[in-house]
Order: sequence, then C-alpha cells, then structure tokens
Amino acid sequence: MLGYLRSDGRKGIRNVIVVAYLVECAHHVSREIVSRFKHLPGQPVHLIGFPGCFPNKYANQVMTKLCTHPNVGGVLLVSLGCESFDRANLGKAIQASGRPAGLQIIQETGGTRKTVEAGVKWIEEALKTIAKVPRVEMSPADIIIGTICGGSDATSGLTANPAIGLASDLLVEAGGTSIFEETGELIGCEHHMGGRARTPELGKELIRSVEKAAHYYDVLGHGSFAAGNAEGGLTTLEEKSLGAYSKSGSKTIDGLIKPGDVPPRGGLYLLDVVPDGEVRFGFPNISDNAEIVELIACGAHVILFSTGRGSVVGSAISPVIKVCANSVTYRRMSEDMDIDAGRILESRGSLEDVGRELYGKILRVAEGEQTCSEGLGHQEFILTYKSFEPIWPSCLPVIR
Amino acid sequence: MSTHSKTTLNANVETARESDADPRVLILAAADNVGTAIADIAAGTSLKLRGKTLASGAVPMGHKIAVQPIAQGEKIIKFGAPIGSATRPIAAGEHVHTQNMKSDYLASFGRDGSSRMLQGH
Repeated sequence: MLGYLRSDGRKGIRNVIVVAYLVECAHHVSREIVSRFKHLPGQPVHLIGFPGCFPNKYANQVMTKLCTHPNVGGVLLVSLGCESFDRANLGKAIQASGRPAGLQIIQETGGTRKTVEAGVKWIEEALKTIAKVPRVEMSPADIIIGTICGGSDATSGLTANPAIGLASDLLVEAGGTSIFEETGELIGCEHHMGGRARTPELGKELIRSVEKAAHYYDVLGHGSFAAGNAEGGLTTLEEKSLGAYSKSGSKTIDGLIKPGDVPPRGGLYLLDVVPDGEVRFGFPNISDNAEIVELIACGAHVILFSTGRGSVVGSAISPVIKVCANSVTYRRMSEDMDIDAGRILESRGSLEDVGRELYGKILRVAEGEQTCSEGLGHQEFILTYKSFEPIWPSCLPVIR
Repeated sequence: MSTHSKTTLNANVETARESDADPRVLILAAADNVGTAIADIAAGTSLKLRGKTLASGAVPMGHKIAVQPIAQGEKIIKFGAPIGSATRPIAAGEHVHTQNMKSDYLASFGRDGSSRMLQGH
C-alpha cells in the first residue's frame, strides 16, 4: 500500500485539492470553482467551508486541521473579504505544511466571475504540483479510522455496529488507530466504558464526558433520537446507545480526544463531540456529517458508517465506507452500500465474516479503491459553531 | 449500570442463535426480557421462546417483543442491560415500544414533535 507523504510524516490515502469558503457569502463562488473539475476522474477537488461571519476558535481549529489533513494535497481559500475568519493564520498554517496554498478575496479580485476564473486557474496549476507528491510505503499501523452510525434502526446494533467493532479491533491489533464518537449516543454505557479505560483517571474522564452530554441534551430537551429510529424499532436513547457502543469493539480505550486532536499513537480513542461550558449554539452535531467532519479533523483517513434505515452520505476529504445493517435496506439501496452486514441475519455469513470483509475493504480503499459514495460523487460537508476547552493530560496515553 | 459484564454487552447474533428461540426472534443475552423480531411478525403468530409457546402481537422487523410478563416499572432488559422501564404491565408476546415503555434518561420524540417521555420522570 502506497501513501502520499506529508511534511509532518503523516501519510494520506487520497491527494485532493480543497476549496474552502470562509463565510457563506463565498460559498457560491467556491462551488462554481469546484464544479469546473467534476469531470476529472475521482473528482479530486472538494468543497469545504465555514458559513459563519462571527469568529469561532473551534471552527478555526477544525478548518486548520482539515486543510492540513494527510488526504489533502493543496488548499484554495475563498474569502468574501469582510468576514471575521482569520484567513491569514489559516493560510500560514497551510504554507508551513508545505502544501500549495491559494487565497482569493472576492471583493479584491472583482466579483463572482473574475474570482471563479482566477480560482480555476490556480487549481489547474496546483493539480500539477500535487501530482509530484512522493508516494511511500504505508501499513495498517499508519491508518486512522473514524466510526459512526446514522439512520439507525434496531438491526444496526445487531449486525453493522458489532461488525465495525470487529474491524476496529483488527486495525488496533495491527497497530492502527480507531476513533469512536458521539458521547450523546453513549448515554447508558458510561460505566461499562469507564471500566475499559487504560487508566482509572481516563475512566473517570470517559464517564464525565457522557454525563456532560446527558446534561447538554437535557437542557436542549431533545436527545440524539430521530423519528426514524423509533419507526425502526428503537424505543429509547439508551437502547440506541447500547447498539451504537458496539462500534467501539472490545479493545482497551487508550484516550479521550476532542475535535481536532490527532491521536498521538495507535489504539482506540473516544472523541468527545459535546461542547464544554454552558449550553449555547444549539445542538452539538446537527447531522451525521457534522460528526464525520470532526472525525476527519482528528486525522481519520477513512470513515466506517453503519446504517440500518439507509443513509447515502459520503464526505469531503476522506472516503466513507457504508455498512448496511439489514438486507432489506441493502437490496433497496445496494448502489449506495459497500458492505451487506444484514447477511448475518439471513444466515449467509457470521459476524466474524463481515468484520473481516470490512477490514479487507478498509485496506483496499486505503490502496485507492473507490467507495460507493465516492463513486456517486458524495462530498457532503458541514461545520457549525461550538466551543471546547482543551483535554486534560490524563486523557492521553503516555508516549514512551 | 456498573454491574454490566463485558460478555453481556458483546452479546451478538451468533450467541443468540444458540438459544432455543424461534428463528424470527433474537434474544441477545440471558438476562433479556425482550427479543428482537428479525422479520415482520403478524398478530396471533404462535412463537416458541425460551421453551414456552406464546401468542405474539403484531411486531414489525427490528421491533421488540416481550419474552416474559413484565410488571409496570420493571426495567426492560436488552443486550443484557436496561434500556428503559415499563410504563404499564406488559404481557408475554406483546410488542414493546413507546406505548408501554420509556427511557430512564431522556425523552424520545415522534415526527409530530410530541414528546413520548411519560409522566413522572
């Protein structure tokens, strides 16, 4: 397996150009630029951005981590001109990483059409530059996966989530890294999870992160539970949690990270996605892609996405592998699904078979094989306001 | 909650298959008082679960079925862990869902915005 070598030593499994709008007012111009490259094989120009005009430290951190993600080869920033986003510092961080960094300021370039043309020209050059990025040998130990479930029903927790847990165990055994998340969807599992921590101090932090989530959702008056979850047979948040929790597999939990923290070494990590401090800015993650973006900001090369009801989403920057939890949904939406975990329910394979199939798929996608959502052109992206405090020292493993 | 053992949460379909449950219903752990329908089950279907034959209510695929009588206020156990409490007495074979159980943590909501959180929490 060959990876794209970046200046910080990390290796990418894709080599994409990212066009990043720094306020909603620059979104259309950015999208027009990206659309000019839709015909290229693999659609290597992706659109990301932050819609807000008010400054936000979290959004800055996430955008910086995304623009210097190992799957990203170069970045074009698109600013309207008057928004508060700290474009100078973001640009410096990208340049310091050795990547081509472009900046278009719409008010200075002279409006929509001129900015689109200038942006397209910049990307044509940047694509030539990033084609020269050195490819180096890469092993499973270099891979970070992020695991998530969406469009869950009762079969998610029976087949797809435990299969993801198994694939996660296999990657961790090979020295790789697995991140699971959404503390609000682990309500009810906190004490069991605390017992799996590498140290007692970390165990306390894991429990505290779920209690924080429970409080947060309590204040908002609505947990992470959608109408479709109930139609699929899930009745309560804690029932959904127990199903979701099985994505974490059976390994010892090595650390607790927050959005933008890249795990310092291989192992299993919980990503705390619920903001710190008093409740503000609304729901922590307003849809599945908001969580996917945070996993990618933590360095995830590949996302494993479990779905029972049938989600179709992919993501900008990192490929999404869809694991379908039941064969009824799989047959109806097979073009969107990479793995049929529902065969476990129909006695056409064991949990172990599906877990190993999924692990093999991770390695092939890392080698360049397209996922269903990549092939269909899915590159969803969303980033909204949040605020976090830094993690405590006890949240990370001691580096030897 | 701290009494969960790892083995109960690692309950899975294969261990469930080894039980004497009807193939249309999975019981994930020995402590469970509900099973999961893996096919749509029509009302009045005769099911053999845990050595006893019972008449089922209408239970759609993925939904829960009581495998034993459950008293009002008793915990609903699935994956070997509590997933909420019964809000009224539930007969063996009955469909277990928002009409007869609730979360012990947070409300579940319907598409019409109505809270399914029941009184007294």
